[in-house]
Amino acid sequence: MLTLQCPYCGVWAEETELHAEGEAHLKRHGPGSADHDFESYLFMRENPKGVHFERWRHASGCGKFFHAARCTMTLEVFGTYPAQTLEPPQDIKDKITAKYPGWTWREFS
Amino acid sequence: MSKAVSALDGATFEGFAKVAETGLRGMITVRGDLASKEMAAAVKATTGAAVPAQRKVVTGDKGAVAWMSPDELLVVVDYDQAEAAVAQMNEALKGSHALVANVSDARAVFRLTGDGNRDVLAKLAPVDFAHEAFGADDIRRSRIAQVPAAVWGNADGSFEVICFRSVAQYVFDVLKVSAEVGGEVNHLG
Amino acid sequence: MSTRLTTGGRLLDKSKQVTFSFNGKQFTGFDGDTLASALLANDQMLMGRSFKYHRPRGVVASGAEEPNALVNLGKGGKFEPNQRATTTELYDGLTCTSQNHWPSLEFDVGVVNNYAARALPAGFYYKTFMAPAAAWKHVFEPIVRHSAGLGKAPKDRDADRYEHFYAFFDVVVVGGGVAGLMAAKAAGQSGAKVLLMEQTAHWGGRAPVDGGKVDGVKVDDFIDATVAELQAMDNVTLRNRMMGAGVYDHGYILGYERLTDHAPLMDGPRHRLWRIRAKQIVTATGAIERPLSFAGNDIPGVMLASAMRDYIVNHGVSSGDRVVVVANNDDAYRTAFTLKIHGLDVPVILDSRPNGGGPLADAAREQGFHVENGKGIAKVKGGKRVTGVAICAQAGEGAVLEEIACDAVAMSGGWSPVVHLWSHCGGKLIWDEAQAHFRPDPDRAPTSHDGKPFVATAGTASGPLKLDEVLVDGLKAGEAAAEAAGFAVTVADAPKGEVHDEAPLQACWLMPQGAGPKLRMKAWLDYQNDVKVSDVKLAAQEGYESVEHTKRYTTLGMATDQGKLSNINGLAVLSNALNQPIPATGTTTFRPPYTPISMGAIAGEARDEVFQPLRRTPIHEWHEANGAFFEPVGHWRRPYCFPRGSESHADAVSREIRQTRDSVGLLDASTLGKIIVKGPDAGKFLDMMYTNMMSTLKPGKCRYGLMCNENGFLIDDGVVARIDEDTFLCHTTTGGAERIHGWMEDWLQCEWWDWQVYTANVTEQYAQIAVVGPNARKVIEKLGGEMDVSKEGLAFMEWKDGKIGDFDARAYRISFSGELSYEIAVPASQGRAFWDALLEAGKEFSIMPYGTEALHVMRAEKGFIMIGDETDGTVIPQDLNMQWAISKKKEDFLGKRAQMRDHMASEDRWKLAGFETEDGSVIPDGSYIVDHGTNANGQRNTQGRVTSTYYSPTLDRGIAMGLIHGGMKRLGDVVEFNKVNGSTVKAKVVDPVFYDKDGEKQNV
Repeated sequence: MLTLQCPYCGVWAEETELHAEGEAHLKRHGPGSADHDFESYLFMRENPKGVHFERWRHASGCGKFFHAARCTMTLEVFGTYPAQTLEPPQDIKDKITAKYPGWTWREFS
Repeated sequence: MSKAVSALDGATFEGFAKVAETGLRGMITVRGDLASKEMAAAVKATTGAAVPAQRKVVTGDKGAVAWMSPDELLVVVDYDQAEAAVAQMNEALKGSHALVANVSDARAVFRLTGDGNRDVLAKLAPVDFAHEAFGADDIRRSRIAQVPAAVWGNADGSFEVICFRSVAQYVFDVLKVSAEVGGEVNHLG
Repeated sequence: MSTRLTTGGRLLDKSKQVTFSFNGKQFTGFDGDTLASALLANDQMLMGRSFKYHRPRGVVASGAEEPNALVNLGKGGKFEPNQRATTTELYDGLTCTSQNHWPSLEFDVGVVNNYAARALPAGFYYKTFMAPAAAWKHVFEPIVRHSAGLGKAPKDRDADRYEHFYAFFDVVVVGGGVAGLMAAKAAGQSGAKVLLMEQTAHWGGRAPVDGGKVDGVKVDDFIDATVAELQAMDNVTLRNRMMGAGVYDHGYILGYERLTDHAPLMDGPRHRLWRIRAKQIVTATGAIERPLSFAGNDIPGVMLASAMRDYIVNHGVSSGDRVVVVANNDDAYRTAFTLKIHGLDVPVILDSRPNGGGPLADAAREQGFHVENGKGIAKVKGGKRVTGVAICAQAGEGAVLEEIACDAVAMSGGWSPVVHLWSHCGGKLIWDEAQAHFRPDPDRAPTSHDGKPFVATAGTASGPLKLDEVLVDGLKAGEAAAEAAGFAVTVADAPKGEVHDEAPLQACWLMPQGAGPKLRMKAWLDYQNDVKVSDVKLAAQEGYESVEHTKRYTTLGMATDQGKLSNINGLAVLSNALNQPIPATGTTTFRPPYTPISMGAIAGEARDEVFQPLRRTPIHEWHEANGAFFEPVGHWRRPYCFPRGSESHADAVSREIRQTRDSVGLLDASTLGKIIVKGPDAGKFLDMMYTNMMSTLKPGKCRYGLMCNENGFLIDDGVVARIDEDTFLCHTTTGGAERIHGWMEDWLQCEWWDWQVYTANVTEQYAQIAVVGPNARKVIEKLGGEMDVSKEGLAFMEWKDGKIGDFDARAYRISFSGELSYEIAVPASQGRAFWDALLEAGKEFSIMPYGTEALHVMRAEKGFIMIGDETDGTVIPQDLNMQWAISKKKEDFLGKRAQMRDHMASEDRWKLAGFETEDGSVIPDGSYIVDHGTNANGQRNTQGRVTSTYYSPTLDRGIAMGLIHGGMKRLGDVVEFNKVNGSTVKAKVVDPVFYDKDGEKQNV
């Protein structure tokens, strides 16, 4: 059972306080978008064995949504960060690079 | 105003620790910019307290304020002062983007006293209640068994558990089961 | 025979005799006995029957690894099957029965399976049940069910209580043997917060049995002194009778504390499951002795050498008068010495190593033991009890050299570290050729959230078996764990353990090594599941080469002991059959829990009243007192109807509807979600959340709105009231309050975080009561107060704050029934008083409450949709003819893009219509509208389905809504709905508004 640190209230919360909210950094495609883009936004998700970026909510806690970068294989957590961003912070990306040089995830590397 | 009745009308249980519903309390959810001058002034005017730091409670001469999230506070005053406090906060925050809502009736509050009260809480919430980890004026939002709740440490060593009114009976019952004689853990002291 | 000795028994309090019963026979034992030791003391070696062949079985081990001695323990509400006699502490009044036998332990009919064993090899069931299919249900399953199974399932409710406990430590040490004590001490001295747990009631593990000295004092005294030191440390917690059940991600470890199993009359919880977060975990879980695989190694009286030693030293119990010792290592000589010291006879020590043992063997010879090198057991003689052994050369095929009479056999095949906890979370193993066991590979430890190792092993769990090495390893492990947890450690010297040199063991996986099929068929690997050497060989021969496949094919290691004794021997036999080295075969996966834990401990406090949270409205008590029949709606309990006397539910619902339509009824609507949305961008935000335009709503007005997800499907609906320029109050469905609040926060926090909007869920701040019916206004007006609730004062789809009677109220003129209707919110603390006041005021109109079923019927009569009935997660508003609620002016709202997709815009979608049966009957719930022909699977084609179907007391006939191909274009068509009995019922497609089509009644 994972523990993640909520970047908003600072608590190291175990999974029972949290709610998994799917993939992070999805780009919304609304009216006017191409079928392909919309399909990708709705249905296409990463499922890596390795580095992954997810959304979580501190549901039984401060109620905030946040992002987590972790390895799905080792469960190492490279960091958690607030949801109000379009890409992972550089220090987290650096931490991943130190462990997995050459990693990529969607448009990030 | 018709007579207001709290969820369990002051129910109590005495095991190796004591559980008591405290009765109605004025509670106001305030959302806004916690760092703003206006917020500091509004909180000060209503409670006499400063805006609390992360996961802290500050008590003033007219009430107390608890940190709930980076943009949310819980202002606690006497129950019959709640509407006036809402009006006062709204007035003080006029012109700022903020939300002030009276939630006094949406909550139930339990006080836990006695030597084993930390152990009672530790049976129900995935939180470190050791003395060095959780003390007076600390607040933690978590869950009590299967429902969301906030736990608040008092200076006299007692704890308060705040939950939604609809699950007051459930929370009272799980606290009761956990405080029953024979179930002493003698761990957190 | 096995009996109580006058010597030994260090754990016993002989002043306290206790009485217990086994299969109805009364026995006595002492305080400090286990059930197994007490049974042995009463010469009850036969303790159960095996699972498949019903062979007589005695106890083999002395601890958690025991496969045979399982009992049905206790009675009534305290009954529990499959309890290991070796880990059951004896108490006065204990009652138990043996398992897997019929009619009795001594005489068992099922033993015919044993004689038919040749016909019941591994995979027998898989092969047999291939065909014919019908035979499974009528022949095989009844037979298998009757003869299989271990203990009996409990019949009564569990009389005990259980609980969880969340705890946080820097270092958790599992295992209170000398290594664990050293680790805890080292970590404790660094200042780290330490928990040391031990599964038995005693500290020190096996060391006191094996003997020896530490720093010149007896190991027992060293243990006592160390425990005293630990108890004096404030930062160290010691818990015995607590097992490390499992190690999980990120330092999570479960401690299974058995509080009253040893004293069932004690007050308090029976088990407490400690849910622990540890920065570092040290597993000092010891090692388990391996049996040897020779024919007849399962006959009662054949035991692990170490277990026999345990019973003598710990409990003063002999397992036999004349014991043959058979081993491939030096450690078993200790058992021979112990036997002799306590006056028992050892006719021969069979050492399978051609060159024999080291100093211990020399000592044995000096003491006059008869030691045979390079010899083994060809077969054990006896049925329900060992009567002798046939001796052979280990190198041969089992030609008998000599037969020796004996009544017990002590066997030792070497020791395997208990690596379970290390492995649970990914720790890897390496094969240690010298000791012939898998041990933890310290370089491949389980890692935590920081990518660093968080589990280490200590003592024999790491591999070393000798006291001096164990003490050093324990100390080092404790120091390293404290350091990894962030504490400064002053490196100390380990106490010096007294060492005996031992000669290396020599792996012995089959005895004799060339044993033929006949002997292999009687050489047991897994006692509990009756898996023999021959079964594993057969699996290999039939192509089950992966150890995981062999396990499942033979059931090796799949019993309640999870193969603690059998795994290594089994995979060695498999490796041998596949002609590959053991590491190439590998192990099966170690999964928690280490030994079975009670279901009660897993459930914790969650049973009876607190099994699940139950949400109650402020009026719940009144409902209960007035005979409400409740239905669950989420965690709420809402009154379905209020039956009076012997009235049926259907009659109650009809009465409630008629009263409401004719006069006035009350509904407790407090459960409806209420969310405040406030801020300069609140209107813009709600325009995105709802399909309708909300930003144009005027303060003081209400508007019904629909919410869709990004797939375009309906997820919620409700009335939105605009409170002021910046503030809206959104009503959600009862089940939707938390979900929709979260949904709003999701979009605000993760997509439009620059928009100035705050939300607050105020659902429970209010008790909300719907006053419904032609007399509703009169009832409210009777209460007095300043609020003008006249048609002009509060028009349809308006809201207003003010006093109603004494109450601070907010009244909404909204209607879900089609009647004149006010939904009135008052502070929850006054909800009950307000309800009472309305009942009092409504007396002259025969006012009565109605439940959710009346609500459902009345809304269906009006053709109003219900989320969850008309919608199922695949329905878009257009399917429900709700284009009127979808703004065409808005460029964007959640779901809009999806609703533009081809399939969503297709004319082929099933759409809403009403249905009236020709005979007036009620269409069954879930019914489909059948169509001509069949599909590719030969199933009848369908063209629609019913979504809501009720008896309408207002119209005195069945009414229904449903989705049908063509929707309202099909008006007037007659279609057929299927029924449960296979027939169909004809119904006409009609307008779904059955009652007051022009909406005049709600607008008066």
